[in-house]
Amino acid sequence: MTSPSFIKAAGLHLLVIMSLFVLQFVLPAYHHLAIARIMVLAVFAMGYNLLFGYAGLLSLGHALFFAAGLYGAGLTAYHLGWSVPAAFVAGTGSGFLASLLIGLIALRTSGVAFMIVTMMFAQVAYLASLYFTTYTRGDEGLVMPDAARRFELFGVSFDLTDPTVRYNIALALLTLTTVVIFAIVRGTTGRTLIAIRENEPRTLMLGYDTFRIKLKALVISGTLSAMAGSAYALLFAYVGSSFASIQYSIDALLFTLLGGAGTVLGPLLGTIAMFYMIDIASEYTAAYLLVTGLALIALVLFFPKGIVGTIRERWVSWLP
Amino acid sequence: MSNSIIKPQKGISRRSVLQGMGATAGTGLALQAMPGFVRYSQAGTSEPVKIGLQLHRTGIGASYGRWYERVTAAAVKVINDGGGINGRPVEVIIEDDGTDPKRGAEVLEKFATQHKVDVAYGTLFSHVVIGSAPRAGELKMPYVVVSEGHHVASGKLNRYVFQPGITDVRSQVIAMAPWISKNLGKKVTMIFPDFAFGHDHRDYFSEAIKAQGGEVAGLIAIPPTESSFTRYLPQISSSTEVLYHVMVGPAVLTFVKELGQFFGSTRPQIFGFIDSLEAVDLATPQLEFLEGTYFWEGNPRYAQKDQTEYDKFYREMVGVDANGASASDPKDISTYSHMFGCWESLFAIKQAMEASGYEGQTPKDKQGFIEAMEAIQKFDEGREHPQGDKIFNGKNHQCYGHQNISKVTGGRLELVHRTAIEDGLYEVSADYTKMSL
Repeated sequence: MTSPSFIKAAGLHLLVIMSLFVLQFVLPAYHHLAIARIMVLAVFAMGYNLLFGYAGLLSLGHALFFAAGLYGAGLTAYHLGWSVPAAFVAGTGSGFLASLLIGLIALRTSGVAFMIVTMMFAQVAYLASLYFTTYTRGDEGLVMPDAARRFELFGVSFDLTDPTVRYNIALALLTLTTVVIFAIVRGTTGRTLIAIRENEPRTLMLGYDTFRIKLKALVISGTLSAMAGSAYALLFAYVGSSFASIQYSIDALLFTLLGGAGTVLGPLLGTIAMFYMIDIASEYTAAYLLVTGLALIALVLFFPKGIVGTIRERWVSWLP
Repeated sequence: MSNSIIKPQKGISRRSVLQGMGATAGTGLALQAMPGFVRYSQAGTSEPVKIGLQLHRTGIGASYGRWYERVTAAAVKVINDGGGINGRPVEVIIEDDGTDPKRGAEVLEKFATQHKVDVAYGTLFSHVVIGSAPRAGELKMPYVVVSEGHHVASGKLNRYVFQPGITDVRSQVIAMAPWISKNLGKKVTMIFPDFAFGHDHRDYFSEAIKAQGGEVAGLIAIPPTESSFTRYLPQISSSTEVLYHVMVGPAVLTFVKELGQFFGSTRPQIFGFIDSLEAVDLATPQLEFLEGTYFWEGNPRYAQKDQTEYDKFYREMVGVDANGASASDPKDISTYSHMFGCWESLFAIKQAMEASGYEGQTPKDKQGFIEAMEAIQKFDEGREHPQGDKIFNGKNHQCYGHQNISKVTGGRLELVHRTAIEDGLYEVSADYTKMSL
């Protein structure tokens, strides 16, 4: 575990986290707010990447897990008056249960069938969020009550309307996610996931319970995605059906592809790149999605492994 | 271009200029010679008042967004030609929200911290309003929406959000009930989309028609994924006297066609909301079945026989002909029932800024603006409020006005009834003024 490559990789990831911490003191106001939101979405993408990038399972339904977190936290805070920490646990727990249940069913399939099954489950969740409009206000959504905008933990008060608090909570979640993913991919589980991605029958033949390992990956992936959803609801004070739509499943995939599937930092970089690509392109043209699309096509043609994936392939082989 | 601004006394930035808005450096000299042109020098500052238009340029709200942008350009031109606000020119900065609540919140952050606008304004779709509103409150950014949702009036948002230019759906719906029960029938079957907007219609109209001694004969909720309505229509009971429909998005032409096939020549009275037919030509062949049916209109699309001089002026400024289409393209139908809200909201912003002597973006100025807006009690009909007079409730930040009921006659909409403001009033429990600023 303490090989030179491990030390270099751990040092790099620590440097990224430290840089994000320092950035808050120098970023212009708008970018400070944007990076806070990006970090939450990056947690979602990193969770997605564990399944797609490392286990090779392409899910088109991860919006379901993000939405499980969003609604798990949002509805308990809104209707039951739960405190922010309790609502956050409820949201993350919802994602854990949803991913366990769906994993047990969906992992009986693979490849294209897995994509379709996960997409169908996500569509059911999206329509359910509309069907139960009485509680969710469906497409309109709900604004979190004032009571859910602040909380106390270990005697310290946190005000979620404060951009500094929000930035550092998002950074803490990103740090936790980075540590978890880093530990997994550098450890036995990560190696086994890559083996499954590369050749599942062979991994099975070697005596590994591939179903159990894939289920473990899906549950961790779904739980991290739900953690991002919970954080989004509580930090930005809004829950609504649009977050359960297929667009968010696609977003997680695009962030990952752009940054580099199967790399720890790729989804973070992809989320940042995609946000600013849309933000800047939309200042010049209404066809900003076309610009994004062309960028992705160019990426697939010239850098199929994404930004970090290409860097690893060409220059920095020790990147996890 | 997705992000347009107008700088009345400066050169053009890297972004495009809204066509026809105000006086740019190129036209400034020419305008000074024109009657009505007022120099901006008497203001405490010559810096422009910046208004951020949160625009549905892309996404499902794009057909509305196109017209919201045009109306904004026209109103700002009138304001600037009249000397601006407090002697300062008005500059509009546009950001596309993609009709998406997440992007909407990001756009508000951009307005507040990058463009540093004085007011954000112009949002239509409820989910974008509700997704953006918390950020408006946290960023202390006055946020004037043109949405017709009940969200502002309900008290669920915050003190920085206002809807002074268009009435809310609850008010619109309950104002219809007395006329419907008196003129069309008392047994009503409702067809509505099975999501929040449709549920508002279901709940508020059911209550209102019962209060008129009527009854709801049936409630038919259409799932949002439906593209065909044939299997739902048999649920309309034979005792139905009035079919009340809130048409469902892009499937509206299919809905009308299938309704025609289902009823043939014998049908109950039919009453609907014009929302899904905004920007759609009523002379479209598939809509022939609507002949003789009734619609709610926020503002009558077709110039009526007794058209006011104010509506005439507003149409001319916005570039809309007597049929509600673009003066330069008769096939480009406007969203006439809603877009007046942009025009009127901008004049409400002007009124509040002038009443409070708004000068800059200090907390004191913003507080003064919010309190001045809350102090407004009514808007008189005129060039600034061409849709008609309104009252404004400073507690729940919502205006209340007249509604219009029109009949489809010869492929046009002819006004048959205009409600009183009182018809759309309900008990208000919300009070934003109790919230701190």
